[in-house]
Amino acid sequence: MAETTYLEAIRQGIAEEMERDPRVFLLGEDIGALGGPFRVTEGLLDRFGPTRVIDTPVSELAIVGAAAGAAHMGLRPVCEMQFIDFIACAYDMITNYVATARYRGGLSTPLVIRGPSGGYVRGGPFHSQNPEAAFLHTPGLKLVCPATARDAKGLIKSAIRDDDPVLYFEHKYLYRRVKEDLPADPEILVPLGSARVARAGHHLTVVTWSAMVWKALEAAERLDREDGLSVEVLDLRSLVPLDDAAIVASLQRTNRVLIAHEDTRTGGMAGEIAARINELAFEWLDAPVRRVCAHDVPLPYAPPLEDYILPQAEDLVAACRWLANY
Amino acid sequence: MPSSRSTAGPQPLPTDLSATDLLALYYYMRLTRVLEERLVALHRQGKVVGGLFRSLGQEADAVGSAYALEPGDMLSPLIRNLGSMLVQGATPLEVFRQYMAKAESPTAGRELNIHFSDLERGFLGQVSSLGTMVPVMAGITLYFKLTDQPRVGLVYVGDGAMSTGAFHEGLNFAAVQRVPLVVVCENNGYAYSTPTRMQTAAARLVDKAAGYGLPGVRADGNDVVATYEVTREAVTRARAGGGPTLIELVTYRRKGHAEHDDQRYLPAGELEAWEQNDPIARYRDRLIGAGWAGVEDLGREDARVETEVDGALARCIDEPFPAIGTALSGVFADPPAAEPEWYRALPGAPSDRRAGEPPHG
Ligand SMILES: Cc1ncc(C[n+]2csc(CCOP(=O)(O)OP(=O)(O)O)c2C)c(N)n1
Repeated sequence: MAETTYLEAIRQGIAEEMERDPRVFLLGEDIGALGGPFRVTEGLLDRFGPTRVIDTPVSELAIVGAAAGAAHMGLRPVCEMQFIDFIACAYDMITNYVATARYRGGLSTPLVIRGPSGGYVRGGPFHSQNPEAAFLHTPGLKLVCPATARDAKGLIKSAIRDDDPVLYFEHKYLYRRVKEDLPADPEILVPLGSARVARAGHHLTVVTWSAMVWKALEAAERLDREDGLSVEVLDLRSLVPLDDAAIVASLQRTNRVLIAHEDTRTGGMAGEIAARINELAFEWLDAPVRRVCAHDVPLPYAPPLEDYILPQAEDLVAACRWLANY
Repeated sequence: MPSSRSTAGPQPLPTDLSATDLLALYYYMRLTRVLEERLVALHRQGKVVGGLFRSLGQEADAVGSAYALEPGDMLSPLIRNLGSMLVQGATPLEVFRQYMAKAESPTAGRELNIHFSDLERGFLGQVSSLGTMVPVMAGITLYFKLTDQPRVGLVYVGDGAMSTGAFHEGLNFAAVQRVPLVVVCENNGYAYSTPTRMQTAAARLVDKAAGYGLPGVRADGNDVVATYEVTREAVTRARAGGGPTLIELVTYRRKGHAEHDDQRYLPAGELEAWEQNDPIARYRDRLIGAGWAGVEDLGREDARVETEVDGALARCIDEPFPAIGTALSGVFADPPAAEPEWYRALPGAPSDRRAGEPPHG
C-alpha cells in the first residue's frame, strides 16, 4: 500500500471528519481554489463545496472570531492560519475571547486553529515560528503538535471532535518528509493529552514533540552506536493537556531527563515540564533536568545562522552525554 | 496607447516632470525588472535562500508613486514595491545580498528579500504580517507632524492587506490625527489566489476612503506618469497639513504570488490580456511617441541598468554567509549579545559544579 505523508494525513483526517459530521467546515485564506500554500486542503473545495470550504479575506482575527460564533451555535469550524506566525494577529480573539468563553459563561467553542509552524526551512523570522508558549499560558486552550503521519491524522480528527478550542500546530518541515502506511481501517484516532514512547530506552529520556522528535531519534541512534547509551524518546503529542503520567513513568525508568524543543528557551514549554518533574518526581532524578531549545533570538534567515540558532541532533547528543555522565 | 506619434515636435512635458525625470522613471522601472530577472536566474540556481516575489507588470505603480516624494520623506514598501525602494536609493547590491543572505547584506543575513530599512535614505522595511506598516507609518508621520517638519510618509498596501485589522486601525488613526501620510493601495487583482472581489464587498477599493473621512483617488497603476501625478497631489496635500489620502492604483500581478506559485486559479485569457498592458512597454512607446526621449536615450538607460545590475551581482555572488558568531547579538541594546549558551554546553564535569562552595548543613 502507498505511504501517506504527514501532509496527506492531515488532509485525510479533515476530510474524514467532514464526511462524518456535516457541522465541520473550513475557514482560511486561499484554502479553496489554491488548497493553501502547502496544499493541505487541496481538493476539499471540489469535494465539499464553497459553503464548507470558505476562502476568507486576509483577516486572521475575523477568521477566529467568526469561527467562535459559529462554534457557539453548534458548528465545528477548522481555521487555517496561512503560516502559524500570523496567529499573532488573532491573539486577542483567541486568548481573551475563545479561551475564556466556557469558564465565563458556559459557552461551548469547539473550534480548531491549525497551520504550518516550525523552522529548518530557511523561512526567516516570520515563516518559522513555534508559538505554543504564547498560548500555553492561557487557560482554556488545548495544544497539539504531531510528529508522525499517524498522529497528524489521529490528532486532527480528535481535535475536531473535541468540545474545546484546540490549536493544532503542524510542522512544515515534516509535511512531505515524513510518511508511513496508514490503513483506512480501523479508523485512526489519537486521544488528546496522551504521549507516545517513540523509542524505548533505559539510560535517559528525551521529552520532546513535533519535528524535534526526529532529531531526538537521530541522536538516540547515534548514542546507541557510539556510546552504547539506551535513550528513550517520549513524544508528547499534546502539550495541553500534558501527559504528566507518561513523563513521570519514563523518568522512573531512566532517572535522567532532557527536554528538547525548537521554540526559544526563555518562557518555553521546557520550563513548565521541568517544574512539573520537580514537583512530581524529584526523588527519581539522578541528574538535573536539562533542556535544549532555540537560542533566545528571532529566527534568522541565513542558513548557518538558522542552523546555529535552532537545536540540532548534535546538541541533543552533547546534552545526553552530559546527563549520562552526571 | 499613444497613437500620437508626433511629427510636429515634442508634446509638452507632463506636469512638473522634466525630461531628466521622465528618463529616471524609465530607468527605475527597467532597473526593477532587470534586477528581478537576475534574481529569477539566481533562484533557479538555488542561490536565493528563500522565496522570490516578483513585481512583473507592477513596476510603474511603485516607481511612479515613490518618485512623487521629496528628500526627507519616508516610505514603507510591501513585497512588490522593490521599485519604490530603488527610487529611495536602495541598491541592486543590497537587494542581491539580502536575497542570498550574505554576511554583508543590510540585515547581515537575518532578514529576507526586501525586508530592510534605511531611515536616512527614507525607507522603512516591512515585516511579513500584512497591514502592520500602516500604523507604524502613522507613527512616523505623527512624528513629522509633532515636530513641525514638512515631511511626508507613504505606505503601500495590497488589496489583501486592506482586509487586516492593522490596516483599518492604522488608517483610522492616521485620518483622525491628520498626519501627513499617503496610503497607496496596489490593487493587482489578487492576494495570493484570492481575487479582489472576494477580499472586499466594496465596488472599488478606493470607496473605502469615504469611511475614514479621507479623500480617495484611483488611477491606472500601469501608467507611470498617472501614478506619479496622483501621488504627487496627495503628497502635496499631506505636506500642506491636509492629512492622509487613500490612492488606489489598478494594476495586475503577472507572476504568481511567489516563484513557486503556478497560478492555477487564474481565469483563462486574463494574464494574456494584461501582458498587452505592460507598463514599461507602454511608457517606452509614450516617451518616443511624444518626443520626450529618443531611442538612443532609452538604449543608454537600458545599458546603464544592465551594467549596474551585472556589476552588483559580480561583486557579491561569491560572498560568504554570515558567521555563526554573529547570530546572538543585537536582540537588545543592552546587553548587546545574548547570554552564553550555557544550556547547550554546560561547563566541565557536572558533579564539580558545587566545588569550592562551603558545605551545607
Ligand atoms: C497577517 C498576514 N496574514 C497572512 C499572510 C500571508 N500572505 C502573504 S502575502 C498574502 C497575500 C497578499 O496580498 P496583497 O496584500 O494583495 O499583496 P500582493 O501579494 O497582491 O502584492 C498573504 C495572505 C501575511 N503575510 N500576513
